[in-house]
Amino acid sequence: MYVAVKGGERAIEAAHEWLAEARRGDPAVPELSVEQIEQQLQLACDRVMGEGSCYDRELAALAIKQARGDLVEAAFLLRAYRTTLERFGYSTPVDTGAMVVKRRVSATYKDLPGGQVLGPTFDYAHRILDFKLLAEGAPATDATEAETDEVSPAMPRVSDILDDEGLIQTEAPDALDASVGDLTREPLLFPCGRDLRLQNLARGDEGFLLGLGYASQRGFGVTHPFVGELRMGEVTVELVPEELGFAIELGEIELTECQMVNQFKGTAKEPPQFTRGYGLVFGHAERRAMAMALVDRALRAAELGEEVGAPSQDAEFVLSHSDSVQATGFVEHLKLPHHVDFQGELEIIRRLREEHAQATRVGRDTAA
Amino acid sequence: MGVLARAEPTALDQLWLEHGGDATFTPARATQTGLVMVRGRAGGTGQRFNVGEMTVTRAAMTAATGHVGLAYVRGRDKRHAEMAARFDALLQDPQQRPNLLAKVIEPLAAAQARRRQQVETKAATTRVEFFTVARGE
Repeated sequence: MYVAVKGGERAIEAAHEWLAEARRGDPAVPELSVEQIEQQLQLACDRVMGEGSCYDRELAALAIKQARGDLVEAAFLLRAYRTTLERFGYSTPVDTGAMVVKRRVSATYKDLPGGQVLGPTFDYAHRILDFKLLAEGAPATDATEAETDEVSPAMPRVSDILDDEGLIQTEAPDALDASVGDLTREPLLFPCGRDLRLQNLARGDEGFLLGLGYASQRGFGVTHPFVGELRMGEVTVELVPEELGFAIELGEIELTECQMVNQFKGTAKEPPQFTRGYGLVFGHAERRAMAMALVDRALRAAELGEEVGAPSQDAEFVLSHSDSVQATGFVEHLKLPHHVDFQGELEIIRRLREEHAQATRVGRDTAA
Repeated sequence: MGVLARAEPTALDQLWLEHGGDATFTPARATQTGLVMVRGRAGGTGQRFNVGEMTVTRAAMTAATGHVGLAYVRGRDKRHAEMAARFDALLQDPQQRPNLLAKVIEPLAAAQARRRQQVETKAATTRVEFFTVARGE
């Protein structure tokens, strides 16, 4: 139990002053602007937007600066900020098939409509430290202004291609009047539908999802996945404002989508076919989208009649512990004063030790 | 409205100076930043779910003609939302509409299409052909 404490205002103030000083670092080094973080540490911003569950790159950059680069703390700040804003409504579902694609790869098909587009990727890089970046005043790389008149080909989702052949389980839309669960409005209760599971995973801690996804690949859970498709780019978000009654476009956001394709032996009712795991996350966050897709598929074990045993297949275990803001709150609260609580524990231990000592004394006396 | 929402705020300011005229506006309601929950579909086509929220700013401006312009734009830029709402009001006026479509909306839409084309062209430079190397035979 946590009992509120008072006091130490001056010390806390001094600690916060020192924190501000530490955040600034050596004053001889130029200060980092929020704009620089937004532009040059984009993937950090994307992780904070994802786990903070709020798409706003500038605010994510501000949170990173304030948190001295602690991304979990930054996600916490963003999550706290969003509670101060009114909700205008729910967007119409984004159409990732109409994405302006910056990157799109498939591990299952070599040749596919639209082709394989590498985009700005670390893949195929040598992972050797680039000391040119360390050298001060490194020249900015020239943005290549490629000029082609080539019309960009359509890029249908790979899963839609498999779907046409009936080889993969169909993802049919839910009824228009069906309710969509929202974790920001209602607590997580079990068992819960895939809508709530996906929302939970989309904002889950990247490290936690990665560990679970990795474990499922290594045999803790039965998944033998292929990346059917991984795509990243911009999609348009639409809203139907109450006062208008028709959809209007709010602008574009960057998303990463992963379609994992998994084996399924079939049941008496259904023929063998591929099943899917799905990942959709804010920004450019491939590891996160892939881990989400692995865990989504693992969590579908029960509905597909598979044996459930591994942690990644246990919805209550996964979904209750995936949120970095909740997790850090509960773990880190342990360092706050628990003095009264601990006094109680001390008294219990002292009493137990006394009883133990007495019992050994009595035992010795009887033996003698 | 999508074109105005997508426009660079500085470009809108400039276009307003050139084509907005001296029309006076009163806010129909306070300009406000809030959230929209972005939805997706499982597998891209299936069951709906909530991906996460985004910041959105909305404005409603009444023109002297009585037309009420409305705007919802991504982000927290109140001036952007108000400028978009002003243009939306003027666009409802049949007398001004053709001129504004030609001088404001079409150039903005063209600039946005060019930007999109640039991204697609850049992506095309990283399009790759993978070859499967068969052994034996």
